Formats: sequence, structure tokens, C-alpha cells
Amino acid sequence: MAEYQNIFTRVQVRAPAHMGVEAPAGSWPRDGKPWFSYLLGKIGDAQLGPFYLGGLGLASLICGFVAIEIIGLNMAAAVHWNPVEFVRQLPWLALEPPPAKYGLTIPPLAEGGWWLMAGFFLTVSILLWWARMYTRARELGMGTHIAWAFASAIWLYLVLGFIRPLLMGSWSEAVPFGIFPHLDWTAAFSLRYGNLFYNPFHMLSIAFLYGSTLIFAMHGATILAVSRYGGEREIEQVVDRGTASERAALFWRWTMGFNATMESIHRWGWWFAVLCPLTGGIGILLSGTVVDNWYLWAVKHGVAPSYPAVFPPVTDPAAAQGVTP
Amino acid sequence: MIARANRIAGLVALILGVVALGGCEKPPQVTGQQGFRGTGMVDVRTPMAVEQALARNQVPAALPAAPPSGTKAGLVFQNVKVLGDTDVTEFTRLMNAMTTWVAPKEGCAYCHDVANLADDSKYTKVVARRMIEMTRHINASAKTHVAETGVTCYTCHRGNAVPQYIWHKAAPGEGGMTGFTDGQNVAAPVVGLTSLPYDPFADLIAAKAPAQAIRVAANTALPTGPSRSIKDTEETYGLMMHLSQALGQNCTFCHNTRSFYDWEGNPPRRATAWHGIQMVRDLNEQFLTPLASTLPAERLGPTGDGPKLNCATCHQGASKPLGGVSMLQDYSVLK
Repeated sequence: MAEYQNIFTRVQVRAPAHMGVEAPAGSWPRDGKPWFSYLLGKIGDAQLGPFYLGGLGLASLICGFVAIEIIGLNMAAAVHWNPVEFVRQLPWLALEPPPAKYGLTIPPLAEGGWWLMAGFFLTVSILLWWARMYTRARELGMGTHIAWAFASAIWLYLVLGFIRPLLMGSWSEAVPFGIFPHLDWTAAFSLRYGNLFYNPFHMLSIAFLYGSTLIFAMHGATILAVSRYGGEREIEQVVDRGTASERAALFWRWTMGFNATMESIHRWGWWFAVLCPLTGGIGILLSGTVVDNWYLWAVKHGVAPSYPAVFPPVTDPAAAQGVTP
Repeated sequence: MIARANRIAGLVALILGVVALGGCEKPPQVTGQQGFRGTGMVDVRTPMAVEQALARNQVPAALPAAPPSGTKAGLVFQNVKVLGDTDVTEFTRLMNAMTTWVAPKEGCAYCHDVANLADDSKYTKVVARRMIEMTRHINASAKTHVAETGVTCYTCHRGNAVPQYIWHKAAPGEGGMTGFTDGQNVAAPVVGLTSLPYDPFADLIAAKAPAQAIRVAANTALPTGPSRSIKDTEETYGLMMHLSQALGQNCTFCHNTRSFYDWEGNPPRRATAWHGIQMVRDLNEQFLTPLASTLPAERLGPTGDGPKLNCATCHQGASKPLGGVSMLQDYSVLK
């Protein structure tokens, strides 16, 4: 019997490579001769390939390549094409959106034009990849849940880089393409809009983010714990529960009084994951457009608690002196 | 095969560990509660860094007091424009102290023509005279920031002809088609090795009426009009990182970080820091910016401006420069 009391997968089934079901008419042939990897088998299926490229995939990769090239070459130019500095400073480098003075016009290449172009190609690439996810699922006769979950992440991406800048009337409001710079942007965003922790949609997004990890951990642990009774055959057990499902259900009913089912746990997981960027995107979209200071908004609506004074009272000296704060 | 895979995995884990932890300060870190419990108003210190800052901020021994001679410096020396009313022995004592503070290796000749002490032909002498005026200006009119502790030349100079921490306007981009960084996105020490704008000073603290206000957070819940951009916010954030570095403190030293807009529930130090920023703007406008025309080219920045000061110029890693010890009491002529 298979043994699952281990961090990594213990069983690797080796058989002649499976080429997959026949693709419908009009599809491209699948590429690559499949091969097996022992290390890959530790974390998933040992079989690598074949890969389906297709028209959408090819177009998406080309657009993605163009975007990454524009970003990477501009980063290299920022360190005067010095390869050592490029590697050393990579986390700091970025392709920066145009200054505020350009609004929504097309800026010169040297002042954010490349950013606009990279953003265009990256967005096209992502949307094409979404269409590829959708059509591949359809052609395999699957539902399109994966594509719609991906669409939720794309919504957040579009809010940050396109929809909110449009509503604010300036490309400069968008996120730079860079590792630390996009994190600095995030912190600055919270500073500008009076602390994002008081934004209820940010709260929801965090709840769904942490909730996703919790639900994933609970589900994974439950299934591993009952795998000695064949618990990983989840789909059969939706209609024919068997002892693994019964035990898992009983465990949660005993410990918290309620249990998900073999079917519903996956809906829990999907909705929590999808709602995380969905609510987060709403929170970003409302900042600056509808609400300017989330802390003051929270005070106004009785959300922010008040605490006993610890320090002696201090007042804003700028108010008394009338100088530039 | 399995053993090889394990060895590779182990090696990768080791390299990732070194990369991930390489930039950390040496533990342990010590935390102390400042505000109300549970609000995160906590200061975090690395004892090793605190010790190093303390070691860099030691006060040199004062020169022995000079018995007054009863004669004023202006009557003994010629061309004494600022300290003419000072007793000549105290005047000479200050000149000696200034030599050890500012030009210990070069000596008197760094500023003076030793054959004719009254001569103003060396730019260093003209600058030094203006700096004495600045020191007196600070001690007289910036008590909201420097209190009775005050400052002397040594607060900034520490044995260097040019203080170690100064700033010039950053050079503009090179005008190429690529590599636009908008004045940020390099590992900049002046803003704490973040990728924030590396010259927040020119816009925010160069003059009494600066190009841009530091405050960016809205003071109303809902939008009321044209708003400050995220890029403005990044400049303010950069300036605050500089402040944090210069003082060796984290944000909660001055701010109740749940709302940067609000003053309620903030440590009173925030007001001290606010007065410090006003002082820096005043000094840069009145004293340092105009000196650019006096200085030789090698002292000027890439855009031709003179050196200016920021928080680190005096603080140098300590929340109170020189550990809060007042050197001014020994050199009251600078009051």
C-alpha cells in the first residue's frame, strides 16, 4: 500500500509516456517528446510534456517576451549596461511609469514611453494567455473554473496598472515594473491614502488570502491523513463516501461541529482564492477615486478604535505657524 | 542518483539561505514598548548598531578655559567681522578649537594666509566666517530643535574640512532614450538602501518655501480636489527613510504609524523633528545655498550647487547628536 507519511510523494508510476487525448480538428499538434524526471516525480507527475503551444500561446509568449525585453533592457540601461551592476542591483531596478505631468497622454520614450509600451505588451500577453486557458479547458471538455480564477488575478492587475490610472487621469499613478520599486509603490500607496489597513476591502482581501492558506492546509492535511483509507480518491467519494470520507467528516464535526464535503471543500477553496484579488482590486480602485484617507473614513464610520493617551498631548506646529508642512 | 539529488538540493538551500540572510543586522534585536499596548508603538534596536553609533558620537575634550584679558579681538586683529566683540583670549581659544574640529591636519593655513591673518583671499576663510554666523543663528533662533544643548562646528565637522554627510542636487538623467528611472530605483544609501527617490532633499528641504510640501496624506476622508501623487509620496517616504537612518530610529520614534496625517497620540518628539526640518530649510536657504558662488568648482555638485545639509549632517546615526552632550557650554562665544 502506498505510504504518504512523508513530505514528498513516495510513489512514482512509470509507464509508456501518455500523449493525451486526441485534440479536436483545427488544433495544433502537441510539441516535444515526453520524458521522465525523478525529481519532478517527487512533487508531481514525473512525465514532462508534451506541450501544447497553439496560436494563442505563441502570440502570448511573443508579447510577453517583448514586454520582458523592454523592461530588462531599460533596467540594463539604467546601470549603463554594466552586467555586474545589473545583477547586483536587479532587485532595485525598475521600468518607471511616466511623471505626473504627462497625465494620460503618450509620453516620450525617455520619460515613461517604454513603460506604457511594456504595459501594453504585458497586458496583451496576459489576456492571450487567459484566452488560451479558456480554449484549452473547453477543448478538453473541462469547465472553465481555472480561467475565471485567473481572471480574478487579471482584474487586480488591470485595476493597478490601467483602470485606476485612467480614473485618476494619470499613468504616473500606476505601478513600476521592478522588484523593490513595486513594493515601495505599495507602501507609498498606503501612506498616501491614510493607511490601507482601514480599507474594508483590504480587510476582506486579507481575510480571503489568509483564509485560502488555512483552507488549503486543512484540506491537504485532511486528505493526507485519510489517504491510508484511499482518501485521495476524492471525486469518487463525492457520491460514494466510504470510510476515508466518513472519518474525515467525523473528525471536523467532532473538532469544530461542522464539516465540508468532498465536493464543497473545493468550492470553498476556489471562492476564497478568487475573492482575494477581487476584493483587493475593489479596495485599490476606491482609493483616491472615492476615498482619500481610509483612516479618517474609518473614524467617521466608527471603525477605528480610540486608545488611551500615553504621550503628553502634541499639536501640529504647522497649523500655528502657517508654513509649508 | 538520489544522493546526488539530495546534495544538489542541500547546496541550493545553503546558497538561498546565505542570500536571504546576508543583509541582516546581527541579532539579537531589542524591542521596547512606547505607546499603548497592542498598537505596535514599539522601538526596535540592534545593540551592536547602537554601540557603533555611540562610538562615532563621542565629544572631544574641551580646550582649557582662557582667562579674560579685557581686550576685545577686534582691537587686536584686523578684519574681524563677526567675533570682534569677543575677548581676545577667548577668540584665540575658539580659533584653536576650530582648527582641531575642522582642519586638524592642515592647521591654521587651511583658512588663513599665515603671513597676513586678516587676508580674505582664501575661500575657506570666507566660508568659515559665514559658518560661525550660522552656528550662532542656530543657537539663538532654533531652540525649538536644538534646545539649550546647541551646536558647535564639531557637531557637523567631526575633524573633517567638509562634513561627512552633505547633499548636492542629483545630476539629471543622461538624456538617453532608455533607462528612465525618474530619480529613483537604484540602491541609494541616502534613503536607507531602498529604491525610493535618491534626492528627496532638493524638492522638500532646500528652502523655506520648498518646491513640494512633505505632507502627502489627505486631511479629509473623501477627495476634495487635486490630490498628491504616489510619486510625491515616494519622495516624502524617501526623506523619512533618510531621517530614520540619520537618527538610527524606526518610524514609531516620532509617529503613531496608524495615521501619519494625525498628530493626536504621537510622541512629542515628532514636533521636535518638525522644527528640525524647518531649521534645515532655513539654514539651506539663508546660509548654504548662497555660498555656492564663494566655493571652488571641486566643492560643487554635478549641477553646480553648493553642499547643503540634511538631518544626517548633525545627527550621524544618533537620535541626539554627540549623545546629547552640549559642547556649546564650553564655547559660549558661539551662543
